[in-house]
Order: sequence, then C-alpha cells, then structure tokens
Amino acid sequence: MSATTAPPSGKAARTADYLDQRTGIGTAVKEFARKIFPDHWSFLLGEIALYSFVTLLISGVFLTMFFVPSMAEVHYDGPWPTMHGVEMSEAFASTLRLSFEVRGGLLMRQIHHWAALIFMAAIVTHMMRVFFTGAFRKPRELNWVVGFVLLILGLAAGFSGYSLPDDVLSGNGLRITDGVIKAIPIVGSYLSYFVFGGEFPGHDIIPRLFTVHILLVPGLILALIALHLFFVVLHKHTQYPGSGRTNANVVGYPLFPIYVAKAGGYFFVVFGVIALMGATLSINPVWNYGPYDPSPVSAGAQPDWYMLFLEGSLRLMPGQTEYVLFGPDGYTLSLNVLIPAVVVPGVLFTLLALYPFVESFATGDKREHHVLDRPRNRPFRTAFGVSLLTAFFILVLAGSNDIIATHFHLSINDITWVFRFLFFLGPWAAFVITKRICLALQRKDRELVLHGHETGQIVRFASGEYIEVHKPLDAHERWLRVQHDPTRPIEIEPAEDSRGVRRKGYRTDRMRQRLSQLFYEDRVEPVTPAELEASHSHGEHDALGSDQEKAPAQLLGESAPTGGGTRLRPEDETGHGTRNR
Amino acid sequence: MSITQHGHDGHDEQPHADTAGSDVVLREGEDSPERFPNPGFGPHRPRRSDVDPAANKRAERQVVALFAISILGTIGFITAYFAFPLGDSPQTLHRSNLTLGLGLAFALLGIGLAAVHWAKSLMNDHEKAEDRHAQRSSDQTRAEAVQVLKDGVEDSAIGRRGVLKGALVSSLALFPLTIALPLIGEVGEDWNVRKLKHTMWAKNKKLTIDPTGRPIKAADVTIGSVVHVIPEGLDETGAPLDEKAKAVVLLVRLDPRDIKSEQGEGWSYDGIVAFSKICTHVGCPVALYEQQTHHLLCPCHQSTFDVADGAKVVFGPAKRPLPQLPITVDDEGYLVAQSDFHEPIGPSFWERLR
Repeated sequence: MSATTAPPSGKAARTADYLDQRTGIGTAVKEFARKIFPDHWSFLLGEIALYSFVTLLISGVFLTMFFVPSMAEVHYDGPWPTMHGVEMSEAFASTLRLSFEVRGGLLMRQIHHWAALIFMAAIVTHMMRVFFTGAFRKPRELNWVVGFVLLILGLAAGFSGYSLPDDVLSGNGLRITDGVIKAIPIVGSYLSYFVFGGEFPGHDIIPRLFTVHILLVPGLILALIALHLFFVVLHKHTQYPGSGRTNANVVGYPLFPIYVAKAGGYFFVVFGVIALMGATLSINPVWNYGPYDPSPVSAGAQPDWYMLFLEGSLRLMPGQTEYVLFGPDGYTLSLNVLIPAVVVPGVLFTLLALYPFVESFATGDKREHHVLDRPRNRPFRTAFGVSLLTAFFILVLAGSNDIIATHFHLSINDITWVFRFLFFLGPWAAFVITKRICLALQRKDRELVLHGHETGQIVRFASGEYIEVHKPLDAHERWLRVQHDPTRPIEIEPAEDSRGVRRKGYRTDRMRQRLSQLFYEDRVEPVTPAELEASHSHGEHDALGSDQEKAPAQLLGESAPTGGGTRLRPEDETGHGTRNR
Repeated sequence: MSITQHGHDGHDEQPHADTAGSDVVLREGEDSPERFPNPGFGPHRPRRSDVDPAANKRAERQVVALFAISILGTIGFITAYFAFPLGDSPQTLHRSNLTLGLGLAFALLGIGLAAVHWAKSLMNDHEKAEDRHAQRSSDQTRAEAVQVLKDGVEDSAIGRRGVLKGALVSSLALFPLTIALPLIGEVGEDWNVRKLKHTMWAKNKKLTIDPTGRPIKAADVTIGSVVHVIPEGLDETGAPLDEKAKAVVLLVRLDPRDIKSEQGEGWSYDGIVAFSKICTHVGCPVALYEQQTHHLLCPCHQSTFDVADGAKVVFGPAKRPLPQLPITVDDEGYLVAQSDFHEPIGPSFWERLR
C-alpha cells in the first residue's frame, strides 16, 4: 500500500491518515461508526450491568492501593475509638485504615459495595428481559450461555469480595461456606482443607480470596463481557415488534452520534447514581461488627441480596434428612445441607441455563429470530419464567425470615413453615395464574383487532336497538397485535409406517411432541385477515350479536368514527393514530 | 416518511413483511392472505425542539447548564478534599464522605444527563434501518473452509502417523501435572483431616471466660446466666483462631430440677451444663439463649436446641444435638473439663464417625 495521492490537511485528517496507513482503521470506522441499534428502555438493563462493572473496576483499583490481604494478627492503634487495642487481622485493620485515614477511601468502599449490588441486580433483570422476550432464540443461544456464566462469575466476584474485610459477619459467612463444603460426600473434609489451607479459618483464605477477587474472576468477567458484546455486534441487536420492523432489518439510531452520547452519557449517570449512594447511604459498616472471631455472632445479620436465596434455602430445610450410612459407625450423609445448598440452586440454575435448548427442542424451530416476543404471546415460557422467579423470591424472603419475624412480630417457626409450603405451592400457583393472564391478554388483543376501541358513543337504530360504536384499529396499532407467528404443537409421523413397520426415532419424536404440547396446547392465535374480514361482514358479529339489516354508518355524522359492530369502510389507516410498542 | 429503507437480501422469513403501506381489508370475493402484512414505518412525530426554535434554544441552554453543574461538582469535590480533613470523630468523617461523594455525583451526573439530554432533544431523531444477514456462511464458503482444513491435515501428515498423534495427545495431557501436583500437594497444608475430630479440651483444662481468659468459679455462675467459654491457654497455642473455632463452649446454669436429660452421666456440675457453641448444621456460633424455655437459637439458620434436654434439636435445619463438654470442678472450685468432647463438634462431614 502506498501513501495517498494528496497529503491530508488539518490535524485530525493527518492523525487519521497516520493511523489508517498503519492499521487500516478506515474500514472499521466505515463499518461500525453508523451501525444501527434499536432503542428501548429495557435494553438499558444490560448497560447498567456493564457500567456498574466499570465502576467496580475503577473503585476496586483504588481500594487495592490500601488494602492488605493478610490474616496476620495486629493490634489496632488507629483513630476509631471503639477498636483501640483490639486484636484483628491486617485485612480488617487495613479496611479500617482505608475507611478512616484515606480521604475518599470510605466513599470508594461504599461505591464499590453498592456497585456490586447493582451489578448483580442489573444482570438478573437484564436476564429476565432476555428471557421473557425470547431474545435467547437462535442465533443467540450461545450468548445466553455466555451471559449465564457471567451471572455465576458475578456471584463468585460478590462472594469473594464480601469476605475480604475479614469482619465478623463475612467470617461467619465463610464458616457457613465451610460447613456446606464439609457436607459434600467423600471429599468434603479434603475440599475444606483445599479451600482454607488446612483447618478453618487458617491463615490462607483472605489472600486466596483476594487473588480470586481481583485477578481470576474479574479477568474472566472482562473476557466474557468482550465475547458477549462481540456477539451483540455480530448478531445485531434484537428489536421489539412494530411497524416497519421485520426479521430482516434492524431499525434504530446510529452508533455515532446517538449512542455515543446516550450510552456514553448513561455510563456517567450510572456511576453518578452509585456515587450518590456511596455519599449518602452507609453500607457494610464493618467497624460496628468488629474483626472476625469464631465465637461472637450477630442476630438479624443478612448476606448481600444475591446470596439470600442460598441462605433461605438452608433455613427452610428440615434437619431430619441427615443420615448415617453403612451401620452406626458409618459415613455421614448431610442431605439437610446438600439439598438446600447444592441441589436446589443446581436445579434452578440448570433450568435457567438450558431453557433455550429445551424450548428449541420443543418447538422444532430452526429459524433465526430477531424480532422479540411480547411475553403474552408465549404463555408457557412467561409462566415458566415467573414460576422460577417465584421460587427464587420465596427463598430470598426465607433468607430474611428473622427480619420478617422481628418487624411484623410473628413467630419465626410459623414463618418458616409457611415458606416451606410456599416453596412448592408458590411456583405452581404463579405458573397457572401467569399462563391465564397471558392467554387473557392475547384474547384482549384479538378482541381489539376484531372489534376496535370502544368509543362511548351509543347509537339508536330506527328499530329501537342500541349499539355502541367501535373505532377500528389503524394498521400500526393492529400490526403490533397480529405480527407474531401462531405457535402450535408439532405434529409427528405415526409410530408405524403404512406397512406396519415400527419407525426408528419414534420415541424421541413422541417425547418432543409431548413437550411441545406442554408448551403450546393452550393457545390463542393471532387474528388472520380472513377472521377480521369475517367479523366485519354481515351478520357474523359476535360482540354485539346483532343481525341488523343496515349498518349504522349513515346514522352517524360525517365526522363520526365509523366501525364498531359493523364496520363499513376502512379509514386512512397509516395516516394517524398512535403507534404503540 | 423519514426512514431510509434498503432492500433486503432474500432470507426474509416473514413473507409478508415490508409490503409497506398496503391495507388489509379485503373486498368480497378476494382471497384472504394468511397473515397481515407489515404496514411499514409509521409517521415521524417531530419533537418540540424540532418545530419550535425557542424550545430548541432552551434545550441547548439546559445541556450547557448540565455540563456547568458537572464542572461545579468537580470544583466542589476538590474544595471538599482540602477543606474537610477526615479528623478523628464520626462527624468529621461523615462530613468528608458526604461532601466528596456529592461533588463526585454532581460531576458525573452533570456529564451524563447533559449527554443524554443532548442526544434526545437536539440530535437527529430519524430512525434508520439496516439489513440483517443470515449468520450461516454460504455453502461455497463452507466447502472452502473444509478444504482448507483438509489441506492442513494433509500437510501435517498426522492422519497417517498414529504413534505421533498418540505421543502428542499424551504429552499435552500429562504436562499439567507439573503444575497441579505441587499445588494440590501444598494447598491443603498437611491434609490431616483427623484434626477435625479433636479440640484442645482435655482432662482438668480450666474453663475460662471469652475473651479475657479468666477462670470461672462454679460458685460465681448464677442460675439462668450464660457464659461464653474458651479453654485455658488458648493464646499460647500455635493457631489460636483455628483452636478457638473448634473449642468455643457455651455454659449455662440451670436449676438442676429443670434438667431433663444429659448426653452423659455426670457431665454437668450442679446444674451447670456446657455445650459446644458451634452449630451442628453448618457451623455458625449458636449464641441466642432464651432463659425461660432453655432454648438456644442459632441466628444464622434458626436451628433451635433445648439445653435442658441434652441440647436436642427442637426446630430448624440441624439434625444432631450440640455436643456436650463433660465438666466438673477442681480443688479450688474452678470449672474444668473432664475430657475432650466425645464426638466431633460442628457441622457433619463424611467420615465424622469413622
């Protein structure tokens, strides 16, 4: 490649020329600078996760300048009066020092902790958005898995960071972790030694968690965020259904300048809100708890919110399920710990991770999907998601059962029993109710498309009959309610062919059909043009049940909206009206 | 219509999409299509700042004002940094944290809100459309990719050399042992998990108060009171925290008539009972004692133990009673242990009974 013919003039042009001659960056700029992204508030949830992670990196680097990840014992001689002379680990002492003797240190610590809570909340809500709109469908299944791994890494990052100050609360959290690890059959004790470097608490866990927290996990998170965003660019962003939006286009605004300003600005908004929280809302005041000591414990202690479900799960489990196998001096199997701490979260997370693959197996759908589902149009999926969330939130509440008991003056035993039943009944009830709501909303959509909006105008016919005039939907309003594919259970080949020979693969097909029926047996299909036509034509109108001879149009003035029971002529449908999304 | 719409590339899966503008109401005698067609883009609705020059000017001033707020926030932060030292009291600390935080928040929110407001009210808000393309590569590309790989395999000649292949795989599979072996060997200290089964309690070891280490005279313990106990000489051990994590004991004096059962004959002294403080569920310290019911509650997961009845579980996720420490008094009337616990304390593990 040779230099350009005319030397560029101007500083920016010269810089661009310098870069382009060495990197060919012009191609990338041409390709990506005006890339189109669709706009919707729910797409901001993932951005909050990204920006709170950047906030975590910035505040975290600040904290590492002052934090000492060591369990060596020291005597406190800093300015905080209640801790004078108290024996504590260097980790705890340096946490106090960076809070009380480093200007802006406490602010950064509080920003870091709030950002972590918001990071996890943003990941979970972003995942809910992706789930309920079906954004995980082909070609995005792999990106769903990447996002799922990010969720798990987020939990690991939060847990390892929470334990670093070595205060009495997080220390008891580690002790619970140790108890859970020891419950693992056969290798439990050895795993506990592996994690703690010998007996609990040992002298290694804080330095080990420090490496996990500032190197391993954030490194993996960064790499996977890069992959996550690469997939977003590769697949182009999904879009909500709407006029002009199809599976073959992406409608929105260009990256430069709209999203440079909007998304760039949004980073500062997220960071700013977290800074405001760090300035005004105290979080994890470890100087009130004191350094870790295996003896004391505080009542009403709560872990960070994303760990509450595990805590709740442990609290709900009845203790009778611990068994001694192979005789009275045999091996101890602690199902009372393993079920709530390993099996329950394992099942919840596996269902979550595998859902896209289960759904695609059930639907047999191999097409690419870029237009999002409205949650009502997928009643099974929506109900299943709500059901999973219900189980999760019941466990979260169970993790706060002591707080509920003291705030509402209830018996903690009663609350625990109620939650034990709710854990099984709640998700089931949530499933049934959500599915009914989805089907009802779909019926309402059909009703609107077929019969239009109520106008409140009552018309009396010469025969004495009254009807209410309905205003038909314009094409844009209607499109939103009829754009989706009807979903039906798949049909399969019979078990035996025409000569009575059993077909290979029938059992898989049958399983698939059963699953498909579970998903799509109950359904409401979108209105077809024929149905709309039929509902408009003479005598077949169900909503009014009228069989009047003449349509009421001539009874109305020129300006009155037409339609209702018998709609005569279409309005100019693209010309006015609202487009709702 | 304000949309730039390009043609699309033929892998469209919605056959009726994009037939913009057509209407669907059919006249009698026509065949109905199965699906409604996509009506195409709706009209663009102008913002106030598009039609009203005064509103446009106002929006611009608001954006400038927001940037100005950011600058003031930064100046405020710098001022607070120098003006408010941390001091020694919670009040000065709070003042520093609040002023620095508010300065930072204004500095950030000013920039963020200015940029978003600028984008929403002043930048071009006409939506644009771009085509999507199927993710799958074309058949020809696929065939070429396969050929490229075949050529590579051919060049390496690995297909015909099974021993070479085996050697490659074996060496790659074995070399991680060089990192894993020392790691696994050293990471668990001495790997002696039998230590989990014993504590430092032993015959005649004095019960002392946590954390002062003062011995306890049986006569000083009143009925209904609770004492948090550590073994004498805890601080002289090699790893005090490790020993303490196993050896902490909760001592309660009951009216001897209230004691319904004990884990061993003569393990208590005159109504004074001592139990391991480490919960048999997952190891939290069991610290909440209810005097009236003689119940001990673990605040972590609410396992409840009845101290008067051999610390049996009355509620919650624990299965086993808290192990009882056999105690008595020495010649001077101080409480001492008769022996170590007779079973491993704390949460269950696989080989705890072996």
